[in-house]
Amino acid sequence: MTTYIIRRLILLIPVLIGVSLLAFFIMRSAGDPTFSYIQNPDKLTDIQYNLIREKYHLNEPTYIQYFYWLDAVLHGDLGYTSADQHKLVTQTLAERFPATFELALLATFFSVIIGIAIGTASAVRANSAFDQASRVISLIAVSIPVFWLGIMLQILFYSYLGWLPISGRYELVIHDPTTLSVHTNFLLIDTALSGDFSFFIDALKHILLPAITLAFVSTALILRMMRASMLEVLGAEYVQTARSKGLSEKVVIKKHARRNALIPTTTVIGLSFGALLGGAVLTESVFDWQGLGQWSADAALRLDSGGVMGFTLLTAMIYVLANLIVDLTYAYLDPRVRLG
Amino acid sequence: MQARKNGKEKKKGGPEPSDEKSNSPFTLTKQKILKSRSTRFKLAMAPRIRSLRFDMYLLSRSITSIIGLALLSILIFIVAFPWIFAQPSFPDPYQMPFNLDYRLPQPPGTAGFILGSGTNGADYYYGLIWGARVSMEFAVEVVGISVLIGCVLGLISGFKGGVIDEIIMRVTDVFLSIPSLVLLMAIASTLGRDITSTKLALIMVWWSGYTRIIRGQVLSIRENTYIDAARAAGTSEKRIMFRHILPNSLAPVVVNATLDMGTVVLTLAGLSYLGLGARYGTTEWGSMIQEGQRYFVYGAWWMLIFPGIAIVGFVLAFNLIGDGLRDVLDPKMRR
Repeated sequence: MTTYIIRRLILLIPVLIGVSLLAFFIMRSAGDPTFSYIQNPDKLTDIQYNLIREKYHLNEPTYIQYFYWLDAVLHGDLGYTSADQHKLVTQTLAERFPATFELALLATFFSVIIGIAIGTASAVRANSAFDQASRVISLIAVSIPVFWLGIMLQILFYSYLGWLPISGRYELVIHDPTTLSVHTNFLLIDTALSGDFSFFIDALKHILLPAITLAFVSTALILRMMRASMLEVLGAEYVQTARSKGLSEKVVIKKHARRNALIPTTTVIGLSFGALLGGAVLTESVFDWQGLGQWSADAALRLDSGGVMGFTLLTAMIYVLANLIVDLTYAYLDPRVRLG
Repeated sequence: MQARKNGKEKKKGGPEPSDEKSNSPFTLTKQKILKSRSTRFKLAMAPRIRSLRFDMYLLSRSITSIIGLALLSILIFIVAFPWIFAQPSFPDPYQMPFNLDYRLPQPPGTAGFILGSGTNGADYYYGLIWGARVSMEFAVEVVGISVLIGCVLGLISGFKGGVIDEIIMRVTDVFLSIPSLVLLMAIASTLGRDITSTKLALIMVWWSGYTRIIRGQVLSIRENTYIDAARAAGTSEKRIMFRHILPNSLAPVVVNATLDMGTVVLTLAGLSYLGLGARYGTTEWGSMIQEGQRYFVYGAWWMLIFPGIAIVGFVLAFNLIGDGLRDVLDPKMRR
C-alpha cells in the first residue's frame, strides 16, 4: 500500500509543475502584470511605473520571472487582485473558500444520499416502471444547463411559491455575521455554534436552492454509476451464495451487494466533489453567492490577472488532491488496484 | 519489398484476367484469384458492413435511441435549412435582427414576434433557429478537432511508448487536472470574448480527454496477435497504426464524441451566460438566457423559457443517442 502511495505522489510532481507553468503562462497573457500592483492608474507617473517594474523583477526574461513567481507562490504570496480594493489574492481566497466549500459539501451530501438510494432501488427493480422513469429523469437532468436550472428554481420557489429566498447567503438587512461568536465563515457552523437560531434558519433557507441546483447533475451521475455497478454485482456468485444461505433480500442487498457496488461509485463521488468546487461558478453567479466561483467569473471578465491565476492554481490543487484521495481510497477498498 | 495481402496480387487498374490466355494450371488459378480493385474493396468491407448493420439493429431496439435520432433529425433539418424557418438577417445572419421601434421586450404574438422579442426588438424565434446553427457548428468543430488531435497524439503515445509516451501523458495530465470551466475562463479571458476564441479555448481543454481514451485503447489492442502478424508481414508502422489499430479503437471515442457534443453546447451556453462566450446580439442561446434573467422581473418569461428548452432539446438528443451507442458498443451486451 505504501509503495502505491509513494508512486502516486512521485507522479504528482511533474503534474504540479506543469499546472504552475500553465497558470503562470495564462496569468502573463492576461495583461500587463505591472497594473496589478497599481491602485490608482490615473495618478501613475513614468518613474513610478519603472520603479515598480524593477521591484517586482518584471524587466527580466520570462523564464526568470517564472522562478521569482514560483518562489513567491511557495511562500504563500499570490499577488494582488484588482478588485476589492487591491486585497491580497490569498486573503480573498481564504475569505471566499468556506462559502464555496459549504455549498459543495451540502450539494455532495444531497447527491450522494439521493443518488445511492435511487440507484440501488433502480438496480434492484431493473426494467420496471420505476427503473425506466429514473433513467429517463436522470438523462433529462444531465441535459439541463445548470444556470438555467438555477433560474427556473428561483422562479418556482421565489416568484411563484415564495418559500425560499432568491439569492445571497443571508438577509443582509436583518442579520449581521460580525455579531456571531464563531468566525469560520461557514455560516451554518457559525450560526449553529453561536446559538443564533433565526440566523441559522435564514442561512439554511438561503443555501437550499443553490445546493439543489448544484446537486442536480452529480445526482444523475452517481445514480447511473450506482445502478450500473449494482446490476453487475447482483449477478455475481457471492450474491447467489448469500441468497441460497437463506438471507433475506434486504440483507443481501444492504450488506453484501451494495458495499461492493459502492467502490466504483466512490470514484464518481470524489471526482464530483472536485468538479463541484470548480463548477460552482455558474451556480454562484446565478444566486449571487459570495464564493470562489462568483469571484473567479468576475476575475475572468475583468481580466484580473492575479485573480485568474489564483483561482486556477487553487482549483487545480483541489482537483489534484481530490483525485489523489479518490485513487488512494479506491486502492484501499479494492486490493487488486495496488498491483496495477 | 512489396507486401502481399491475403495472397492476392496487387495490380493497378481494372479487370485483367482476359490478358492471360495460357491454359497452364498455374495461370488458371491466378485468373480465378485476380480481381479488380473495386471487388477486392467490397470483399474487404463486407464483414465491416455486416457488423455495422448489426449495430444499427441493436440501436433500433432501444426506444430512447430512436427518440434521440428523431430529435437529432429535426435538429439537423433546422441547422441545414434555417432560411426556411427564418429569413437570415443582413449582413451577418448570426446577429439578431434588431428593430429599434421596439426597445423593450415584447411578449409572444405581438408585432410579428412569434416567440416574443428581446431588447431592441431582437426576434427570439430568429434567435432560436439560427442559434441552433451556431451551437451545432460550434460543437462539431470543437469535438471534431479535439478528436483529431486526440487520435494523433493518442496513437503516437500508445504505439511508440517510452519517453514520448511519458511526455504526452504528463502534458495530458496537466490539462486534465484543471477543472474545465476554470481553465476555459482563464483562457477565454486572455484570448478575447468572441466565439472563435471560445472555440479555441474549448479545444485546448478537450483534446486531453480523447488522447487518454485512445491511448488506453491502443495499449490494449497493441497486444493482439493480428498486430504481430501484420508486423511479421513487413507492414510499416504508420500503416499498422492507421489501418489496424485506429479503426478498432474508435468505439469509445464515438460514444464520448456524441455525448461531448451536448456537453460542449452546455459549456458554451454557460460561458455566454457569464459574458465570456458570444457577444451581445449574437444568436446564441446562452446569451439570450442572460438577457432573459435581467428582464424576468418585468414579466418577460419567454426570454428564459424558449432558449432553455432549446438547449435541453439539443443536448438531450445527443445524450440519448450517445447512451444508446454506449449500450450497443459495450462488449458485454452484444449477445
